[in-house]
Formats: sequence, structure tokens, C-alpha cells
Amino acid sequence: MWNRIEGAPREEIEALQLKRLRDTAERVYHLVPFYKKKFDEQGIHPSQIKSLADLARLPFTTKQDLRDHYPFGLFTVPMDQVVRIHSSSGTTGKPTVVGYTQHDMGVWTEVMARTYAMAGVGAQDVVHNAYGYGLFTGGLGFHYGAEKVGAAVVPSSGGFTKRQLLLMKDFGATILACTPSFALHMSEVALEEGYDIKRDFKLRAGFFGAEPASQGLRQALKDAWGIIYIEAYGLSEIIGPGVAAGCPHGSLHVFEDHFIPEVIDPETGEVLPDGEEGELVFTTVTKQALPIIRYRTKDITTLHRRPCKCGRTLVTMDSVVGRSDDMLIVNGVNVFPSQVEHVLTKVEGTTPNYVIVVDKKGVLDKLEVWVEVDETTFADGIGALEALKKRLEAEMLNELYINAKVKLVEPKTLERSMGKAQRIIDKRQVEGGKK
Amino acid sequence: MRSKYSVKQLSIFLENRKGRLLEVTKVLSDAGINIRALAMAESAEFGILRLVVNNPEKAKTALSSAGFTVKEQDVFAVEVEDAPGSFYKVVKILAEADINIDYTYAFVGGTQKAVLIFKVPEEMLDNALKALSTGGITLVEPLFFYD
Repeated sequence: MWNRIEGAPREEIEALQLKRLRDTAERVYHLVPFYKKKFDEQGIHPSQIKSLADLARLPFTTKQDLRDHYPFGLFTVPMDQVVRIHSSSGTTGKPTVVGYTQHDMGVWTEVMARTYAMAGVGAQDVVHNAYGYGLFTGGLGFHYGAEKVGAAVVPSSGGFTKRQLLLMKDFGATILACTPSFALHMSEVALEEGYDIKRDFKLRAGFFGAEPASQGLRQALKDAWGIIYIEAYGLSEIIGPGVAAGCPHGSLHVFEDHFIPEVIDPETGEVLPDGEEGELVFTTVTKQALPIIRYRTKDITTLHRRPCKCGRTLVTMDSVVGRSDDMLIVNGVNVFPSQVEHVLTKVEGTTPNYVIVVDKKGVLDKLEVWVEVDETTFADGIGALEALKKRLEAEMLNELYINAKVKLVEPKTLERSMGKAQRIIDKRQVEGGKK
Repeated sequence: MRSKYSVKQLSIFLENRKGRLLEVTKVLSDAGINIRALAMAESAEFGILRLVVNNPEKAKTALSSAGFTVKEQDVFAVEVEDAPGSFYKVVKILAEADINIDYTYAFVGGTQKAVLIFKVPEEMLDNALKALSTGGITLVEPLFFYD
């Protein structure tokens, strides 16, 4: 255990949460006009927060709220105190922006250190970090945490699988951090390249997150690499990776002294009791640059408060089983159908009629967008159509950060269903998951 | 000159899948449409079928009601000797008049003649007809194709 608070008596954790919640509520109420207005509309003043149950009286924050205040409208500190900015792709061209003060970086590094401590990672370890470095919080989150626990970190980022394998072998990596699908892909390439995985590599644990993983995929990774599987859960709006981490007993512990979780009914917004499935909501209680009240993650899960064999008393959450919106996770990247639609509307010559097809190509996800061409486009000939296809693919990469394959289909051929359009065909199977 | 010499061409976008061409041709056959000239352009995943038919309106209606999206465009046709150098002569005139050719296709007529069909950019169509006419090339009236 990295920090004793992870195993502290519940009363101690809850007292700390209440104090921090009140501070955060005061902070956002007085510093962010958006929150003052929201609190006033709900008829609650931060001084009326007397117990953790009062959290349910506070207003929600949505991804749309973040976009509406693009880029820094919800920050509570002047920019000279911000030391880091991350961003995720946006649905209408505007990305979601998150910022960190030096203090926030400390919180992030702390929760990532706790994550690494789940497998006892320390100075003796070499962490091979194949999460993407960049605007995505995965790469740098795992990087700072690894340094904090004293490990040697190899910032390899994504791609270049064969070179990654060579480095993992030659540098004696003991810890792998990446998306589960990429880890499986690496194991397959390792076999093709003639590696004797268990002899050539010294891996003992992997930290996997950023996308859902079936039990089958988890087992396959454990078997292929001979490692223990640690689940990492997080989202950039809350802090990045490090919101919750799996212990060796398989419980996903939420670092609730920093991020208070609730599960709500996504329809009514009512808080659900422990053990009931609903939408996960987080309130950050220690962040300075961008504190967020009751952020709706759209992730569907269940919370449990029960002692864990690992000794932690922190609330646990089940692995996320689905989404309450239409977001797709494609090789760790979040994709909303509306983003695809935005690209199509932007590029002339396509009707906004399209279907997104997600499938597995080996272990990696592949995304195809089937787009109906309209009669004005195809009349210009094959060259114009090929150019259109390339342009759409380039725009998808540019705006959504994904390699999508565009397939042009005959006008009026895509299924027109009654009512809600069938926009997504997801051929991937996640056991235990549901739509 | 445009109204006198422009010929209606139908373009149909087709995905490369089995039986698709069969379906188009069946629709035309059932509607009693005679195909006078055709060209097929293709890529790995899709193709465009271009047709000059005896009754463009009827063909368009039949194809549309069968679910195909049809684009109608103006092309023009010239008649040349079925002999070496004929095609060259036409292309040379167009090149000298600075006219881009989008695409062209041809068929051999009944006698010693060949018919060439040209698609040029909309805004160049009039100039193309003028240049060819001045250059002594025989332009084919649409009635040659239509019933």
C-alpha cells in the first residue's frame, strides 16, 4: 500500500472526504460563474453541505459543459499557475481541455504511484510504457507515477511493435503499461518474430486500461506474458489514469480520498445504493485547476463498500460494463458517432448517411465508416471518389485521432431504420458487457 | 451548338459486389432499353457504369425506381473514319483548344465509321464543339443514339 489512507477506517476516509468536498464546493462556487449559477439554481449554498449525503444535492457536470467553456472557462486558477494542459478530441471540432497546477500534478503522481504499488513496483523495476505520449493523459500519467515509485521508465509510446519488443527484451522490462489490445498484439508479434516469450522477457506485471477488456482477453494476456494483470481506470476529466486501480485480489479500488464516486440512475439522476448498477459520477475534491462537481462519466458500473483481502478499505467498482451514451472505444481512443458525422458534414460530397462498423482485426480494433456517396460526387469519376475517400480518412485521423477506413457505398443503400438511425455495428464481443 | 450536339449520358455508381452489374443490366433489359455505348470505370471497391442509351428518360426512371442513383450528364460524340490517326486528329484539336478531356470511349459503327464519345468539363463543352466543328470533324447529333 502506497498511502496508509487506502486502508484507513471508513470514518477517517469519510471525514476527510467531507472536509475536502466542502472546500471544493466553496472553491468552485466563488471562482467559477458556471458553478455559482448551477448551485443557485439547485438552491444550495456550499455552507449547507453538512454531510456526504448532501453531495446528492449538488448539480451535475457534463462533457458538454466542458466544451461550452472551452478552453479554460471552468478553471479556478489563473493560467500562470497551470503547469500542464491535456486535451481529448471533440465532437464538434472543440476538444475537451483539462489543466493541472503543480499541486494537481502531485495528486496525479500520487494516485499513479498507488496504482503501481498494486504490484509492488519500485526501484528494482523497469517500466515499459507503451501508452501514447501526448495530449492523451495515458502516457504521461503512467510515466510520472513510475518515476515517483523509483522505477526506470522507458517512454516508448505506441506503435513500432517490433522495436518495442526489442527494447523490452534488451532493457529487461519487468512492467508493461499499455492498452490490453496492444499488449495482446505485442505478444502475437513476439511469437511471429520467434521470441520465446517467457524466457526472453522478464515481465511480471502489466497495467492495462483505457478500454474495456473481456475476461478472455485478460486471461490471454496473463497466459501469453506470464504476468499478473492490474486494471487501471481513469478519465482525463477527473485526472487521467489513476482514478481507480485493481489490487491483486481483483478489486478495482477507487482513490476516493481524491475522487468521490457515486452511481446514479442515468435517466432520473437519482443516486443508487451500493450494489446497484448505474452511471458512474465523480466529484474531484483535491484538484485546483479544474475541480469538477459530479461529473457524469457515462460509464456503467456498480460500487461496493466491503473489506478487501488486500487490506484496503476504499470503495471498489466493478469493471465498466458499458456506456450510457453511444461512445465507442477503438483501440483506447474514444469515438462518438457525432464526431464522425461532423467530419462527413464538413467534407462536401457526402450525405450525412453513414454506418460505423467496428470489428477486430486480429486483436486490434478496426473501424470502418461506410458512407453513401451522392450523385454529384460520383459523376466526377473514379479519381474524385478516391480523393474523397482519402480526404475523409485524413479528416478522421486529424479530428478523431483514429485510423478509420472509409468505404464508399451506393446512395440510398444503407439501412434506413424507423426512428433512431442504426449508426453503429459493433462486431466485437466483450463478455459480461452489454449494450 | 450545345443544345444541338449534347448527348445525355447516364452514370451509375456501383459497389464492387457480386451480381451488381447483373442487376443493372436486368433493369435495363426489362425496361426494353437499348444500350448504344458504354464504359466502365473501376477502383478496387467500386465502379462507375456510364451509358448512352436509346431512351435516357425511360432508362433513368427504370433505374431510379429500382433503387439505383443515376446521374445524367452532357457528353458529345464525333464520327471519324475507322482508320489509323482518326482518334489522334480529334484529340489534337481539343488539346490545341486547351480543352481537358475527363474521359472518352468509343465504338465502331456499322460502316467504315467509328464513333467517339467525349466528356469534357461543363464550362468547356461549347468551346470543344466549336473547335471540332471548325476543325472539320463531324459532330454526331443525339438522334443518332435515341429512338
